[in-house]
Amino acid sequence: MMISNDTGLMAHLLRRAGFGATRDELEKYLALGYEGAVEVLLNPSEPNNMPDDLIRRYHVEQSELRDIAGSAAYWMYRMISTSCPLEEKTALFWHGLFATGYAKLNQARSLLNQVDMFRRSGMGSFEDLLVELSQDPAMIVWLDNIENHGSAINENFGRELLELFSMGIGNYTEDDIKECSRAFTGWTLGNAEYMSIRAAKDSIWPYGRIAWHFDYREEDHDDGEKTFLGETGNFNGEDIIAIIAKQESTAQFVATRLFQFFAADEVTEYGEKAIQAMMETYFSSGYQVRDMLRTLFHSDYFKSEEARYARVKNPVEMVVGAIRMAGSYQNPALGIENVSRNMLFMGQGLLQPPTVEGWHEGSEWIDSGALVERVNFVAKELSNVKSPGVRSIIDRLEAGSDAGILDPDELADGCLDLLGPIEVSEATRSVLVEYAARLGNLDLKDHLQGDLAEQRVGNMLRLVAATREYQLA
Amino acid sequence: MTTNKREKSLIVMQLSGGNDYLNTIVPYAEGKYYDSRTTVNIPQDRVIPINDQLGFNPSMGPIKALWDEGKVAVINGIGYQNPNRSHFRSMDIWHTAEPDTIGKEGWLGRAIRDIDPLGENVLTGINFGRGLPRALACPGVSVASVGDLATYGLFPDVQDEELRMFTLEAFSKMYGGAAGRDPVMDLLGQTGKDALQGADILRTAPGMYSSTVEYAPDALAQNVKSISQVFHANLGAKVLYTQHGPFDTHSGELLSHAKLWNEVAGAIGSLMEDLKEHGTEDDATILVFSEFGRRIKDNGSGSDHGSGGGAFLIGGAVNGGLYGEYPSLAEAEQIEGDLRSNNDFRSVYTNILEDWMGLDAAPIVNGQFEKFDVFKS
Repeated sequence: MMISNDTGLMAHLLRRAGFGATRDELEKYLALGYEGAVEVLLNPSEPNNMPDDLIRRYHVEQSELRDIAGSAAYWMYRMISTSCPLEEKTALFWHGLFATGYAKLNQARSLLNQVDMFRRSGMGSFEDLLVELSQDPAMIVWLDNIENHGSAINENFGRELLELFSMGIGNYTEDDIKECSRAFTGWTLGNAEYMSIRAAKDSIWPYGRIAWHFDYREEDHDDGEKTFLGETGNFNGEDIIAIIAKQESTAQFVATRLFQFFAADEVTEYGEKAIQAMMETYFSSGYQVRDMLRTLFHSDYFKSEEARYARVKNPVEMVVGAIRMAGSYQNPALGIENVSRNMLFMGQGLLQPPTVEGWHEGSEWIDSGALVERVNFVAKELSNVKSPGVRSIIDRLEAGSDAGILDPDELADGCLDLLGPIEVSEATRSVLVEYAARLGNLDLKDHLQGDLAEQRVGNMLRLVAATREYQLA
Repeated sequence: MTTNKREKSLIVMQLSGGNDYLNTIVPYAEGKYYDSRTTVNIPQDRVIPINDQLGFNPSMGPIKALWDEGKVAVINGIGYQNPNRSHFRSMDIWHTAEPDTIGKEGWLGRAIRDIDPLGENVLTGINFGRGLPRALACPGVSVASVGDLATYGLFPDVQDEELRMFTLEAFSKMYGGAAGRDPVMDLLGQTGKDALQGADILRTAPGMYSSTVEYAPDALAQNVKSISQVFHANLGAKVLYTQHGPFDTHSGELLSHAKLWNEVAGAIGSLMEDLKEHGTEDDATILVFSEFGRRIKDNGSGSDHGSGGGAFLIGGAVNGGLYGEYPSLAEAEQIEGDLRSNNDFRSVYTNILEDWMGLDAAPIVNGQFEKFDVFKS
């Protein structure tokens, strides 16, 4: 099967900068051209996502945003209905990198506020983003900056800011961690002591969770002289972040992590060139994440064959991608928490990363328990011929056929095309064609919803969803 | 790889939501208990006495019967320093054996890795229920999660059995093929084959099992029945895990707690009867635990999150009895209105790992803990 270069590349871009694309979406982006599509993705406008008032009419728990299941589903609704997928994808990227989890907070809304901050600032200046992160209430509780006092420092946030959020281990000393931590003393929450106790003593909350907000306490801030990465001054947190942001190691870290999330799990020699270019953009643009992503999406590496299918889809991509393709859950559905819980079954619960290190991505997503969950969820979504997205695939197959008749090659290739296009190995393709031949040629003429002809398309889509290639983005 | 040599297995029953230990093992001779629990208490005349101080909740009849046979170890007052009353965090702590920092690996995941370092048996650890409790999660360790044994495997929603077999065959061909093309494709291929093999083997389990024991229809009893089927099929399953709940009894506790314990005690009673019938009573030990206990004072209709719970080890290989001191209800001993645990939960883990599973416990539980001596030597 020949896939036109443009179409294949656009589908690749939308798997990375989005959650994959239906044929309608793909055509819309193709009409803009590659450069136009990249700009639209990088500059989110109105996301047209499912409106809150509609969601709240159906889901009390998504109005309160108190518990983890409802809050995760709330974010999933946003992902499955947004028309600005890179905005959500970038938020997911930062959520995995600045991994903050529900377990310690008991305050789901504070996590969703953090995700909102990622939407707002996640493609702007990395320096500004780190300042916002350092003032983010969920982060302040998660990494104990609430316990970081002028009289006695708590290094948890200071350490992870350098190790996991910016420069990476080996680029600073233990003394730098202490000095960094001193600079963030007094960066806390309003009514911090009480909030801290509430977070540790989770029990019934008859009036709901109490909103958290950032509070700077000058009297608790250590204003003394500090020496950080060779520079000396009476640094406050913003000064420390300004020093972090100008480090080569920070540029390397941010570029590499963006590359691994948006381009390839493994960094090859060729991929290294794209990272170098992103680092240059980091400095030339004043640390702008949007510009780094633009450099990546326009790099030769990103457009090369090597980058295709070079990432294992994470569970969020599996679940959200399948739902967007099937066009299911376009309206609030009771029991939606059980749908979003599938991500957790596959190893990635939204708002509950296992540790501050986030999830181990790439091939670590794959184990036999998780693979069964991945295949079963997507196979079930895409084989449901009642779903609007699947109906649209059936209609397109019929429209593209000779008088409604598809031979086994046409059925297999047509499904691969409309679900991606997805390129598969010759070995995989021959199994798909053999499967398509089970009941001979398919006749879609005068098909009726749910009849055998339609169901045969559903069966074919189920098997395509179960291929090894479908596991990759 | 499967083995026909029967070896010792651990069956874990997690009581999710925070079991009210005060109303489970009831300090019925303590005036302070009735003073604090003015409504949510078990009256003296309804307690099943263990001794003149403590007694079982009246819903625990089948456990009392096993107690009388010397097969129940009641471990009082276990927990950890600086108790955390968050369900998620506290459960994480129990799962990762790491109270101070956020742990990365589950204690049973580590145990499975030690038992089967090459991952030769995809069924060494099995969770009965969807998803994977963190206790079983460990990088490189494959654990099957069985929602329903009868339909476990790929494409459970395909009703037409012929179509399903045809689809599975195609799946098997797609995940076979020559290795060495690409490491990720190879990993996917191997994992797909493992998943199929695991499902094929697991599906044989119910057919290899017969028993006169009738399990109750509730979800826990049905999961425990699946555990028994898999355990008796000799598939090399060493850790079989399930959970039940919700034990988060903030309101209407007396009714809901009784129902839950009826189910837990019933499932344990049926399982032990089943093991006896198969002559395997000495080959499995059941661990029952919860993430925390509940507040000493009730709230009028239920009880709020507390600390200082307890655990149970049950089986033919267990030296029945009371272990660990029951936490004092004296006000001076309380932590902000909660019970103070006397014993670290990792003591129990150490006992199980070393004396039941034959593993080196310290690297799994992150340190040395004085252990109980619950198992018969």
